Amino acid sequence: MAISKTHVRTTLNGEATEYLCEPNQSLLEVLRDVLLLTGTKEGCNDGNCGACTVNMDGRIVDSCLVLGVEAEGCKLMTIEGVATPEGLHPIQQAFLENAALQCGICTPGFIVATKALLEKEPSPTEARIRHWLAGNLCRCTGYDKIVKAVVDAANTMGGKK
Amino acid sequence: MTTVGDKKYKIIGTRPIRHDGADKVTGRAVYGIDYHMTGMLWGKILRSPHAHANIRGIDARKALALPGVHAVVTGQDLPVAADREVEAGETSLNYMHLSDNVLAGKKVLYKGHAVAAVAADSAHIAEEALALIEVDYEVLTPVLDGREAMKADSTLIHPEQTIKALAFRFDPGTDTGVKSNIAGRSVLKLGDIDAGFKEADVVVEREFSTSWVHQGYIEAQNATALWSSDGTLTVWNSSQGTFNQRQLLAEILKQPVSMIKMVPQEIGGGFGGKIPVYLEVPAAMLSKKTGRPVKINMTRTEVFEGTGPASGTESRVKMGATKDGKITAAYAELVYEAGAFPGSAVGAGAQGMFTSYKIDNVLIDGYDVVVNKPKSAAYRSPGTPQACFASESVMDELAEQLGMDPLELRIKNAAGEGDRRADGVQHPSMGNLECMERLMASDHYKSDLGGPNRGRGVASGYWGNAGMPASCSISINPDGTVGLAEGSPDIGGSRVAIAMMAAEALGIAAEDVHPSIKDTDSIGYNGLTAGSSTTLRNGWAVFEVTNQAIALMTTRAARLWETEPDNVGFADGVFFSKAEKELKLTFKQLAGKLMETGGPISVAASVAPRGAGPSFTTHLVDVEVDPETGKVDILRYTAAQDVGTMIHPSYVEGQVQGGVAQGIGWALNEEYFFDDKGRMLNSSYLDYRVPTMLDLPALETILVEHANPDHPFGVRGVAEISVVPPMGAISNAIYNAVGVRMRNLPMAPHKIVKALSEKNGSK
Repeated sequence: MAISKTHVRTTLNGEATEYLCEPNQSLLEVLRDVLLLTGTKEGCNDGNCGACTVNMDGRIVDSCLVLGVEAEGCKLMTIEGVATPEGLHPIQQAFLENAALQCGICTPGFIVATKALLEKEPSPTEARIRHWLAGNLCRCTGYDKIVKAVVDAANTMGGKK
Repeated sequence: MTTVGDKKYKIIGTRPIRHDGADKVTGRAVYGIDYHMTGMLWGKILRSPHAHANIRGIDARKALALPGVHAVVTGQDLPVAADREVEAGETSLNYMHLSDNVLAGKKVLYKGHAVAAVAADSAHIAEEALALIEVDYEVLTPVLDGREAMKADSTLIHPEQTIKALAFRFDPGTDTGVKSNIAGRSVLKLGDIDAGFKEADVVVEREFSTSWVHQGYIEAQNATALWSSDGTLTVWNSSQGTFNQRQLLAEILKQPVSMIKMVPQEIGGGFGGKIPVYLEVPAAMLSKKTGRPVKINMTRTEVFEGTGPASGTESRVKMGATKDGKITAAYAELVYEAGAFPGSAVGAGAQGMFTSYKIDNVLIDGYDVVVNKPKSAAYRSPGTPQACFASESVMDELAEQLGMDPLELRIKNAAGEGDRRADGVQHPSMGNLECMERLMASDHYKSDLGGPNRGRGVASGYWGNAGMPASCSISINPDGTVGLAEGSPDIGGSRVAIAMMAAEALGIAAEDVHPSIKDTDSIGYNGLTAGSSTTLRNGWAVFEVTNQAIALMTTRAARLWETEPDNVGFADGVFFSKAEKELKLTFKQLAGKLMETGGPISVAASVAPRGAGPSFTTHLVDVEVDPETGKVDILRYTAAQDVGTMIHPSYVEGQVQGGVAQGIGWALNEEYFFDDKGRMLNSSYLDYRVPTMLDLPALETILVEHANPDHPFGVRGVAEISVVPPMGAISNAIYNAVGVRMRNLPMAPHKIVKALSEKNGSK
């Protein structure tokens, strides 16, 4: 017996997006398995690694801890909404230029979280960056180059939102 | 052999943006966990709740009756695999055991051991179905401690297992016939330790233990399999070695390798843990039963409980030195818990310890012991961090008793070219001493600690690195760009480094080489992405294919200039006539003329290089210990490492920093908590506690470029060794800060508080 699905309306990366989801599906599952937007990564599925970070109405959330049905009426931004047709976002460029990724699986989550930080606080200190991004785990880099990339991106963006 | 270590390079040593970068920062890159097929079913694994039990029976009828469930497989569906040992990245495994590990046969041997697999329309339905599978267990007493397991009266996990005396790590061994949980005993012996200890004025002997730890890669294991109606099996997964896994699947499934194709997806970390197969087997079996592609992902708890963490160990180390600081003898007894099946990295640990030093008399006695815990797998410099934690801590005590600076003691005894390791092998040319000296000359070493409860520690490390075969191919495009096909999954930036070596050889820009990683049907054999060997061995493969391509293009230039190929030279990306100086064509220009001079050019080559340059390193750390809480803060960290010629310095530095971060986690936080029934109590990232950004300082590096004389571009492995010294260095720094010796890992706050209260109470 199929579980009845719920119709959900959101704005996803600036576009009106509707989907059907089961009541037990997380937003992460909806993004990855229903909408096939696999840029949002699954790392732990229990809210401890930050790989699935998305922006929901201006706040960053672990999408594995949000139900798909909870996104009704929300504005969502995922990694797929960060670059523009003109090119990479300065944060993405800074991650590349600073070699801030090795395997790269945690990178989308870091970039979405960094974007939220720099939109709020254009010139964060290194301590503030380390505090803000402490919910995003990276097992490859030792974080050193990620911190440098965020500082670099903040400088490039020059405080512009 | 061509050695170009002292040449000035144009591309090597620069920092181009990685070719796979844009896809990875935009979320476009497809990792194994992202792979999706039309009509795909989802699988889930039922795992044992017991650490040790007989399986009396499995009844899956209720699960199969659940709407949306398509198939169930168990160990009974698998053919019997051969009882044969193979290497698995410094650990080893046996096909029969591996088959039993991916789907249990008659017994479950650890909590989390896979018992059955379900395929269903969705992962949620598959999960529901797991609860409906009835398994009748006869629960047995688990054996959970290595030293206890070694005792003659211990319960035998594998009743027929006998102790094999291993002459060398992967030696099949001499069977002693003695039934035991000890699967293997390997002894390394150099000189005469009794004589060596007699010469010593100071002798230190201590015992150590380390907890089980996990690699902690962020992407969980996953596999998508399609067993097609034509009998071919295709697997899309996250793999550290597609050709190796193809062989493992062939042995377990009793299929020829020609019927199996492994398609590597981008890989979200591995550190050794993605060398074995796990989900690939049940996914394949479920696909065979259903005729549809089946995908299985592990949860994080399954990753902790059901994959291959690094062994917990117990060890005893004794070292002696003369008054003037010459080490005269070293002894170690190493007990490594292999987990449920034999094959820990104890042999590699034995080979890695003491190796930074020239010591004439060494004896290392290593035991590989089965216990009811997950089967251990490789983890970055497998086996060596545990052994070096012990030996580097004893080195610190030796220095203290001798009244010597611990770095000076290391410099005094530093191994150099021609000195012998404990297994008798002589060191090639390398930069061990230079790392120590550069560290001694560093700002960090000369700086003040600047406060109470602060301390400084030093530790050295060695890792042999591996060679392994590689294959690649290049095709020259009419615009002078080059397609480069590789077969080694790129786990941390190897793709850009390999492309840079090709660009260097051809005299073109790194961006003009377009690298991609191919499946096992589309490229020649490649070894594991492990052993810090990927860039090294693919550098050899690139050296071969570019040399051959240049030779072919030389004939084309000769044809254009109506001369003999011998009269055409190639340097700095330009073909030139040796006779007529005005005749020259850049690589790009000549590439545009291939069609008119005989057609396109592509070249493939396979290599099996020897001469993996070993790695040497010495680390320096400053810590601050909070005496109230026992919390240790890392204030400053510097790693000095011989990295050979750096191809892409940023990614070399990143490897060093990444290993240090894992070592800091291993030193201070990370451990498997098992209860008395062998159940892991902290199988989430939150409770296992890998380091976050907030736990670490900036990680400084001193990168010593001692080119590997046995490599065309001077490359030596760089990726693994940096995880070796942190535990010893931090332990030594904690002693320096607050006067307590921490001899078991992790050096968690509660243990430090206890040690401090014992120290203060005894005053």
